[in-house]
Amino acid sequence: MAVSHPNYVFRALADPTRRAIFEELTRQGEQTVHALTRYAGVSQPAVSKHLTVLKRAKLVRHRREGRETHYQAQPDALAPMVDWLDLYGAFWRERFDRLEELLQRMEP
Amino acid sequence: MSTTAQSTRTLVVERIFPHPPEKLWRALTESPLLAQWMMNNDFQPVPGRRFQFRTEPKPNWNGVVDCEVLVVDPMRRLSFSWSVGKSENSPGLQWIVLWTLTPAEGGTRLRMEQSGFSPDQQQAYGGAKYGWQKMFDGLERVLGAL
Repeated sequence: MAVSHPNYVFRALADPTRRAIFEELTRQGEQTVHALTRYAGVSQPAVSKHLTVLKRAKLVRHRREGRETHYQAQPDALAPMVDWLDLYGAFWRERFDRLEELLQRMEP
Repeated sequence: MSTTAQSTRTLVVERIFPHPPEKLWRALTESPLLAQWMMNNDFQPVPGRRFQFRTEPKPNWNGVVDCEVLVVDPMRRLSFSWSVGKSENSPGLQWIVLWTLTPAEGGTRLRMEQSGFSPDQQQAYGGAKYGWQKMFDGLERVLGAL
């Protein structure tokens, strides 16, 4: 599966309703749009819109069966976010180094 | 050396500096000093104050961190929210940064914790139940099963 653009992943998960939908899919496995609508407590068009954003981020994938569309979480698509948290670790360690240098320069 | 403990929920970086807490506190809270090791900023140690860190724009990031001061407990604790990617269309992603200073042998232990979404945001959708923590709990389970 192609890796999605990090911006899509971050944007998709910045919204609490989309996060909730994604979480529900990781917990429950495959779900229909109807089931997700009942769970999310917002209108079906709203859920569909959220699913489109999640799909663009490759966080979910869908298949049609009869009149129902089934959605499934694709946790591999979280990779950019995990990478990003690693970067933050490096970021803070570098800042600590710079703080140490500053403290040495400062008056006691 | 600093130590880094990282779970999917909280990023912790700790180090003991051979300096008194007063000096560390100045480096953390005086804007010009903060700029020398963090980023350019308009920080003031006043709870509720909104401020920004600014650095050169990078691919996928405009170089701006939007923050709000949450806790100012002189020589002991400093906390602010840390939000990136905020735009008209998106609230961006928000973390809480908490600095803790404790006396340690030969100096001061400085601990930085960067943790998940604020309780406010967790409340934004059906209460804390569906919050960021939950997502990471799910993520841990899912990644563990891969």
